[in-house]
Formats: sequence, structure tokens, C-alpha cells
Amino acid sequence: MSSTRIMISSDPVPAQASAAASRGRKIARWMLRNPRIAFGAALFGIILLLTLLAPLLSPYDPLQMNPMNRLKPPSSEHLLGTDALGRDVFTRTLYGGRASLMVGFSVAIAATFIGLCIGLVSGYFRAVDNVLMLVMSGLMSIPGILLAIAMTTLSKASVTTVILAIVVPEVPRTARLVRSIVLTIREQPYVDAAIVTGSSVPRILFRHILPNTAAPLTVQATFICASAIIVEAYLSFLGAGTPPEVPSWGNLIAEARNFIRLAFWILLYPGLLLGLTVLSVNLLGDGLRDLLDPRLARQMKARS
Amino acid sequence: MIPSSPTLPLSEPDTVLEVRDLQVQFETIDGVAPVLEGLSYKLHAGETLAIVGESGCGKTIGALSLLRLAPSPPARITGGAILLNGRDILTLPEEDMRGIRGNDIAMIFQEPMTALNPVLTIGHQIVEPLMLHKRLSRAAAWERAVEMLRLVEIPEPERRVKEYPHQLSGGMRQRAMIAMALACGPKVLVADEPTTALDVTIQAQILALMADLKRRIGTAILLITHDLAVVAQTADRVVVMYAGRVVEDASVFELFENPRHPYTRGLLASIPKLSDGNERQKLEGIPGSVPPVGARPPGCTFAPRCTLAIDACRQSVPALDSVSPTHKVACWAVMDKTSKKELERAIV
Amino acid sequence: MSELSSSPPLLQVDDLIVRYPVKKGLLQPRKHVHAVNGVSFTVRRGETLALVGESGCGKTTVGRSIMRLVRPSSGAIRVDGIDVASLSRRQLKPYRRKIQMVFQDPYASLNPRMTAGEIIGEPLGNFGIAHGADRESRIMSLLERVGLGRSHFHRYPHEFSGGQRQRLGIARALAVEPSLIVGDEPLSALDVSVQAQIVNLLDHLQQEFGLSYLFIAHDLAVVQQISHRVAVMYLGRIVEIGETADIFRAPIHPYTQALLAAVPLPDPRKRRTIEPLRGEVPSPISPPSGCAFHPRCPLAEDRCRREVPRAQEFQAGHFAACHVMARNNQYAALQPVTA
Repeated sequence: MSSTRIMISSDPVPAQASAAASRGRKIARWMLRNPRIAFGAALFGIILLLTLLAPLLSPYDPLQMNPMNRLKPPSSEHLLGTDALGRDVFTRTLYGGRASLMVGFSVAIAATFIGLCIGLVSGYFRAVDNVLMLVMSGLMSIPGILLAIAMTTLSKASVTTVILAIVVPEVPRTARLVRSIVLTIREQPYVDAAIVTGSSVPRILFRHILPNTAAPLTVQATFICASAIIVEAYLSFLGAGTPPEVPSWGNLIAEARNFIRLAFWILLYPGLLLGLTVLSVNLLGDGLRDLLDPRLARQMKARS
Repeated sequence: MIPSSPTLPLSEPDTVLEVRDLQVQFETIDGVAPVLEGLSYKLHAGETLAIVGESGCGKTIGALSLLRLAPSPPARITGGAILLNGRDILTLPEEDMRGIRGNDIAMIFQEPMTALNPVLTIGHQIVEPLMLHKRLSRAAAWERAVEMLRLVEIPEPERRVKEYPHQLSGGMRQRAMIAMALACGPKVLVADEPTTALDVTIQAQILALMADLKRRIGTAILLITHDLAVVAQTADRVVVMYAGRVVEDASVFELFENPRHPYTRGLLASIPKLSDGNERQKLEGIPGSVPPVGARPPGCTFAPRCTLAIDACRQSVPALDSVSPTHKVACWAVMDKTSKKELERAIV
Repeated sequence: MSELSSSPPLLQVDDLIVRYPVKKGLLQPRKHVHAVNGVSFTVRRGETLALVGESGCGKTTVGRSIMRLVRPSSGAIRVDGIDVASLSRRQLKPYRRKIQMVFQDPYASLNPRMTAGEIIGEPLGNFGIAHGADRESRIMSLLERVGLGRSHFHRYPHEFSGGQRQRLGIARALAVEPSLIVGDEPLSALDVSVQAQIVNLLDHLQQEFGLSYLFIAHDLAVVQQISHRVAVMYLGRIVEIGETADIFRAPIHPYTQALLAAVPLPDPRKRRTIEPLRGEVPSPISPPSGCAFHPRCPLAEDRCRREVPRAQEFQAGHFAACHVMARNNQYAALQPVTA
């Protein structure tokens, strides 16, 4: 009978002899168990590296025009061809990623942080909850794209304006998520225990409630990031986004649409990279969600 | 030899359900761990058999396995047999299993609110299996539903049958669930902690009802519980489980009057008994705690908490052995003593 | 016993009422649920008072009001003579050092993201009791006092068994050296073999530190084991209170009698064959008139339906609120009339 006992995660190799090897194997096993996270993270990492290392990877200036070389197809000189003003598409695609990812990250961080603050306050203090949630409902009813168009029309088009315009409608979503978590956690006996043992309100909020929001917020942040990258592309395509002189993926696609019959590559590569980025971030988010909520993951596996 | 007359209850009564060396394991992302390591018992016609044990002993997984309802993943049945009237239901196709659930083996649960469908009336939930299993007409099935509610002593059954679960109180819901379970006249009623979620006065009502129904209907009851007082009040026979194995199997009187396994003894010494006197008894308790699934010790799983443990206990698993015709125990220390006594007796 | 009764009470609860508003509709008048409806009792130093009753009787709300996790609607809660019922959050802090709580669910009452050391150290830090190495050594000694080891210091709650978690919860309550511990069903989530360990631990700690316990429970067999006095609650009121031995030997209120008769005995030779009590606890939103127990009471008469019975002393220190039993109460007749 005792032979049927199987040790969980037993490692036959002596730990000391090959600590590094076993660690590598552990990581490999973990990746195999979480293929979506592994694939998403790898893809995203590659894209991030490409954009960060753009100056090293390409000899061209993304803004350098060269009227002699207009709409050239991919060649050894210009890896992905050139656009209507003779600029290198490969370079511009990489640099474009910087703007798009910047918008994605900034929006994710800003929306999560502001939403977290509002959600914590709203969930813990009943007195302000009604007012705050009313304001959030109001914000949620503003169509994001119209807000962005209004904002870029009123002020000068800039990356900051775009970020702000995408953050505003995202904040209520995060705030509501955090609020619902706070409402469940504050009913937990361990929060009662913290009150009884004399913990101050900030201590209860930051030590007992906040850590529980980290996992779902991380997941939420990845989805916000992905959607912000797409929205930035929308807005730029409509001319209400990042200023046209900044090469973002949205701007590249917007410029390229006029030449799609003459030079499809101008549109194809920024579009492809945009799609892959969003896919990788979403995969990462999906995988993280399942990893951080094992109960949900098991149910989903049982159903399929 | 005296020829056995039909009035003498010497021959073993009919076995309705037999579980033979049932093996169940949990298979998760982190690995595989045994939950049930050879569960065996027999349930005879008309008797109440209690399966008793603490959390983590595998009693609930064992009960759910009877209906092949153990949540899978993670649970997987890896061996053994469950014989219902001599037929192994583990080998049946899923369609045939559906004909057995609710019809031959019915189940009542600890929390009636989660076992009843909140959007269907009580009547609807009784009628559906009747029409499915017994091929009753709608009218006949509704009539039987009212009759069942009357049987479990729900007042105004004609009105209650049209109500939704949330309109009933906790005790009434548990009665409704019993009515639902008994509607098709099952051979075996599996009751998983049927009174644990109830207040003590309601518990007494439900236990009285179950005893009364057993007398009148004669359904064999498999009672899964952690509460030894409930066992003493209702069971004919008791199977005591610890960490995935049966440690003792005895008639209820033998178990409470002459418990043999150190675990059973410890359990009995742990329960406070209501007394008329004002002296406080000292409760013994058992040191340590039940090992979690996946970290069970080799040999007898109780050995680390056992005061009688000898070397044999830590090395190999004791088998269930008879100490009397209606009393079996799996313990090296106990068997050691018993065999010595038997030897002495043989020599004298 | 006589020494206990002569000292002033540690906790005195007077006519405690806790109401919750029930929202029905926008235009309908506001209704209230009286979860606790005029409860009075005392807990003496070194004593264990058990508060028993079925679900919905308000025993947990009484405990939570004493901890000030719930704000009482009216009434007084005196601890060492100071009424804490209406104190603000800040004013409450010194009081929290005197009264601590052990919770029902040992899993949910420990923050899963804090280690055992952090959990026990939290009250020490909150009250500025000990810092640095001193705090660490205090935590270690608390761990040992509740039967855990030094090696448990850095472990997280999920690495403990149910019984060990409850020990942790007890260590956390002990950290501020309270006079009274309110236990809200601290045993009911535990396995029986572990229950006995915790009962013995609580007993031991009481003797060592002269602690008082207010023990909220539904299991009468356990209550008999651990309490000096028992108060029985039904629908927000105490129907009977007295010495444990008196209550279990000679219960007065018909509800107490039924409750005791309903406890299943762990002896197959003593099977209960009759249903002790019919019906169920009515909803506290619309409680019955008069004595709330009258719809289930075998002795109920007309007066019970009209008039709420008042508590009467039946024996020294043994009170019950029942019209029918009071009529035959010889003890009350012998007592001098007091205004």
C-alpha cells in the first residue's frame, strides 16, 4: 500500500550537485504547465526588446525622409521597404512600438492606481461610497473615443492627452473591481480580528485588504494595457490620437491606408506587430487569471 | 448441527450494496495523492450503516463515488468495485448510471439549499425523476409528490408543493430533500451529514423522521457523519474511517461499549457527554492532527498519533481482522494482544 | 464559587438592544429587526459564561456588540465599570486591550498573507507593547504557551492544520494580556479529537491567567464541560440564566428543557424516540407577540401570547422568564419584595 504513495514534486537528483540544473528544470516544468503565460511572456518580451533596441537594430532615423526612395518594396537595404516619404518601414515600425507600448503601460499603471485608490476608499468607507460610485457611473457613461476627440480638439494633440483620454473611462472599471474585492474582504473574520486587536484604519486597508487586490488587479492591468494599445491605434487612425509626427502604430497604419494598393507592406508590418502585441498581452492576462484563481481554472478544465 | 430454521437470523441478511477495496486518488497539477486506500464495507437490506470519521478521512469522496459523482478532476477511481445487487456499477456506461442515480441510490446532502434548484418549485423537483425513472404520468407524479411531502411531515403539502426552496425554512428544506430522495423508492439512501447544518432541535426532528421512515419504508441508509452522538442514536452498524482507510467495523453496541481501535477509543474519549451531575469530566482528545491528503505516513496512518504504536505499525498497513463475528478492527497492537489471548486460551 | 460572586463583575451588560433596519421598498415605512432585544448579564473575573441558543437567537450579535464590531442601538456594556457601548473608535482602543476575541472559523480569521509571527505580533505592535527582539521573544513564548513551536514563527496559515490555526488565533488574543476573551463558537469548526485539545488549552489558560470567557456556543455538551454559568437565548432575549450545574440538572424554561432533550447522546442504549420540540425558530423580522417561544411551547397559555415574561429568580442565581413556571415559583414568594 505504501508503494502507491507518490511524493509530490519529488526530485531524484541530489539538490546540491545540480541546483542550477534543477532550477532550470523547475522553470521549464512551470512553463509547460502554464503554456499561455510562457508563450505570451516570450512573445511580449521579444516585441519589447525589438522596440527598446530599435536604435541598435536599425541604421536609419525614423523621421528621416528620403524622397528618392519612396514606396520601395522590401530589399536588403530596407528590410521592410519604405513609405510614401521614403522613410524606412522597419525602423518606423520599431519606433512606433515605443509610442504604442508607452501609451499601453502608462494607461495600465495610471488607471490601475487611480482605480485602486478610489475603490479602496469607496469599499471601506460607506459614507462616501454612494457619491463615489455615482461619479464612477457618470464617467463610465462617457464614450471614450468621443472624449478623446473632444480633448484633442480642445487642447493640442499630444501623447499625454491620448493617455488621459483612455484612462478616464478605464478608471471606473478598476474602481468597481477593487470596491467589490474590498467589500468581500472587509467581511472576512480576519479583518474583524484586526479591528479587535487595535489595528488602525490605514493598517487594515494596506496590510489586510490591499494585498488581496494585487492578483486580480494585475490581471486587470494586462487587459487594460492591451485595450489601451488598440484604442490608441483607433484614435490615431481617426486623427484624434498621438500627433501625426510621432510614429505610433496607429499613425503608421493611418498613413499607410492611402497607399495600400501601391505598397501593402507599409500597412502590413505595423498592423502585424500591433496584433501580436495585443495577443501576447491578452495571453499573459488569461494565463495569470487562471494561475491566480486556481478554482476557476479547475472548473474551466473540468468543463472542457 | 442444528438445521437453520428460517426464523433464526443466523444467515447473513441480504447485501444491497457492497464496496470492495475501493481506491480513489486525487490527480492535480501538483501530483497524484491517494484519498481512499482500499475502502470495503457491506450494506444490508433495511439497516443503517454509519461511516464515521473526521475531516480528510475520505468519507465524503467514498459516498460520492457510489453515485460516480466525485468531482473529477481531481478525484479518480483507480480500483475496486461497487456492487449494487451484485452488479459492479463502476463498469456501467454513463447512461445506465443515470438510471441508478436517484432511482436505486438516492442522496441527501448537508446543505439542502445548495442541493435544491432555486428556480424550480419543490414539486417540480420531485416530479421530474418520477416521470423519468418510474414513467409516471404528470398528474400521477404530482399526486405522489404531495404524498411524499405528507410522508416527511411537511404541513399543508398541497400548498408547499408549489413553493420554491427559498420559501421554506431550513428544517423544511431538509424534509423536502428527503422526500425528493425517497420519491422513487431507492434501495439505498446515502445521507451525507444530513443534520450537521441544522440546529439541535431541528436535528432531533430530522433524526426522528429518518428513524420513522426507516421503520416504515425499510430503505437501507448509509449515514456519512463526523458526529458520534448522531451515530449512536441512529445506526445499526458503524464503519470508522481514518485517513483513507477503514480502521474499525462493528455493530453500534460493540463499537460504543467495546471500542478496539486506539483511534475509535480516542474519538470516544474526545466527545463531551451531557450528564446530570455537576462534575466536569476531563476530555482526553487525541494529540496531533489528521495528516493531509498527499502527506500520509507509511504503515498505519494513525501510528504517529497513537500511544500504542509498535514498530510494525510504522512499517506495514494492518488488515481488517475479525475480533468477533460482528466486529472487525485493523490494528497491529490490538491484534497482537488478541492473538496472544487466543493462544493462551488454546493452551489452557 | 462564593469567592467569584463577591468580587465586582468584569463585564456587565445592561438591557442591550441591537436593531438593524430592513429595507422593504422606497415608500414603505422602515422596519427593524431586533437581533438583540434587551439582554442583561454579567461575567465575573475568572469565570466562563456560556451564551447558548439556536441560529438567529442573537448570541453572536451580543458577542460582536461587546467587541464593538457592531454598534449597540441602546443599553450599556460596562467593562470594569466604564460604559463602552457608545465610545468612538479612538476612545475604544485602550478598552480593546482588556477584551479579545477568538473566532469560529480558524481558516478565515487569519490573514492568509501574514506569517504566524506577524499575526501574533500585530496586536503587540498596535498597542506598542513590545518592539524588536523583545517582541520576537514574546511571540515565541506565546506560540509555546498555546502548544505551538518556535519553528512555526515563519509559517503561513495554510501550512497549519485546523486545530493549530485555532491555537494561533488564541495566541493572538492572548498577546495583549486581556481580562476577557469572547469566543464565538471557537470549537464548532474543529474535528472532535482536536476540539478536546482546544477545550483543555482554554481551561489551562484560564487557570494560569485568571481569564474570563464569554463562550458563544450551540453545542450543549461542550458548554457543560467548560462553563461555570449558562445563559440560554431565544429570539433576542435571555430566557434562562444560572449556574451550569443548576441549568443542566433542573432546567426551568420549557425552551431550555427542550434544548437539553434534543441533544443526541453518544450512547446507543439511550436512544431518543420522541421529537422534543415541534416547529422552528420564527423570523426575527416579525416575532410572535408576548413570549416569543409561545407558538412552540407545550405549556403556553393565554397570558404568554399577550405579555412578555420578565426574568424571575427561581433559586439563588438561577433566573428564568416564563409565566407558567413563575406561578409555581416558591423561591420568589419567599423573597422580600424589592422595588
